[in-house]
Amino acid sequence: MLRCFYHAWAFDLTGRLAGVPDDDAYTPAFDRDALGLKPVPRLESYRGMMFVSYDPEIESLVGYLGNARDYLDLMLDFGGDEVEIVPGSQAYSMKANWKLLVENSMDGYHALPTHQRYFSQYLADIGMDASNWAGPNRIQGIGLALGSGHAVIENRARALPITGTAKEELDQIRARLVERVGAEHAHRIADYSRNLFIFPNLILISSWHTIRTFYPLAPDYMEIDAWANLPRGESGELRQRRFENFISFLGPAGFGTPDDVYALEGCQRGFAAWREVSWSDISRGMGRARPSSQDELQMRAFWRRWHALMQGLRGPTDCSDCPEQREAAE
Amino acid sequence: MATTAGLFTVGEIEEFLIYEAALLDEWRLEEWLALMTPEVRYLVPPLDTPDADHRDTLFLIADDRRTLASRVRQLLSGITWAENPRSRTRRLITNVRLLAAEGGEVRATANFAVWRFQHEHADVYGGRYVHVLVRGPSGLLFRERRAVLDLETLRPHGKLSFIL
Repeated sequence: MLRCFYHAWAFDLTGRLAGVPDDDAYTPAFDRDALGLKPVPRLESYRGMMFVSYDPEIESLVGYLGNARDYLDLMLDFGGDEVEIVPGSQAYSMKANWKLLVENSMDGYHALPTHQRYFSQYLADIGMDASNWAGPNRIQGIGLALGSGHAVIENRARALPITGTAKEELDQIRARLVERVGAEHAHRIADYSRNLFIFPNLILISSWHTIRTFYPLAPDYMEIDAWANLPRGESGELRQRRFENFISFLGPAGFGTPDDVYALEGCQRGFAAWREVSWSDISRGMGRARPSSQDELQMRAFWRRWHALMQGLRGPTDCSDCPEQREAAE
Repeated sequence: MATTAGLFTVGEIEEFLIYEAALLDEWRLEEWLALMTPEVRYLVPPLDTPDADHRDTLFLIADDRRTLASRVRQLLSGITWAENPRSRTRRLITNVRLLAAEGGEVRATANFAVWRFQHEHADVYGGRYVHVLVRGPSGLLFRERRAVLDLETLRPHGKLSFIL
């Protein structure tokens, strides 16, 4: 039972109005049944993640996730066990439009210049070889438009602090995955890094196993919540290595995120001149049948869906540049 | 209130904390780093679980000496865009108390308010330190620096890109 301290109205755990002090003072028109707590129009969960929609007509969650669902599974299966949100959340903000963070969260092109201090200073300081991130031998993957705004960038997994500090444990996890799901699927889960975007405001990034969501409060201000999702029951030692890996880059005090905050706030200040300079170019890779993870197909996918919804269109949106990309996503 | 604990006095610790705060405000970060012991930890707990242990909770910062040294190098490198040009900061350190002294080290707490100015925004980072200090050959040194923010969220601050 929930009892409001203000006038002591009480609601049961289904939200029904169960208690009203001195209710004989009300007329027969007082309809308790209509005064319960209001449910959100739609609430569904997928593997423990709760999704809310304010559109009562929206399709089922599995239908909504569409082609992104397989990628979401890959994001949750990496530890060979169910994942959990670990204690310690990150609640911060940016003085920028929320759509800039959609772009930034799956932008392979910005990583090297914006995060130069991480790749050329921090990784060197801990004795890591960053050559598969930077330089002529860097790994480049693909970007995919998954339909209706969802998108992913995918690279062969690159060296991170944890691939050095917990190599043995990660190899063991990979071996257990092979036993459980077969070599091919284990390869797909364990040997790639992905930034997955679920339209309109959910990001999962496998390099750090973060879940991030964000909410616009004003055209030039958003609130961001981020967590780590890690396998249940893993050793305390491995957890610590994962924490180190996570906060070395992510979060408002990491060696990556603050520079993103700074960049996006700078972009927002620049967009004040939108009347004079009315473009922001995201055409990178548009001439390619199979854009790379350094290209911007994944951003165009988001914007195409956003644009369709802003125009009041309903139903699915084809967010690819050309038919070949549709096939790649399916 | 105890003004001495073991071989330590409130007065010398207060003086030390005011000195190191000035080093940070003046961006003399290498001199500040020299005040750390090799086994130092610089910790900023998450805002929703400020009393947590960094071994089982995702902290905002849980630097060991090597990571902290890298943090300082990054801040001085010119490629840490969030601090280039660097923020202005002004630290007020007060309410110093000695909690316990044992085996040549002292645990001391102090309140802080760090004003940070950048792009015409002013943000205050308020909280308390819990320090573990030892006496080195030429003065006090940090064995642990735990900066516990009282903020509920980093909003509208957005980031913690300088040393607290």
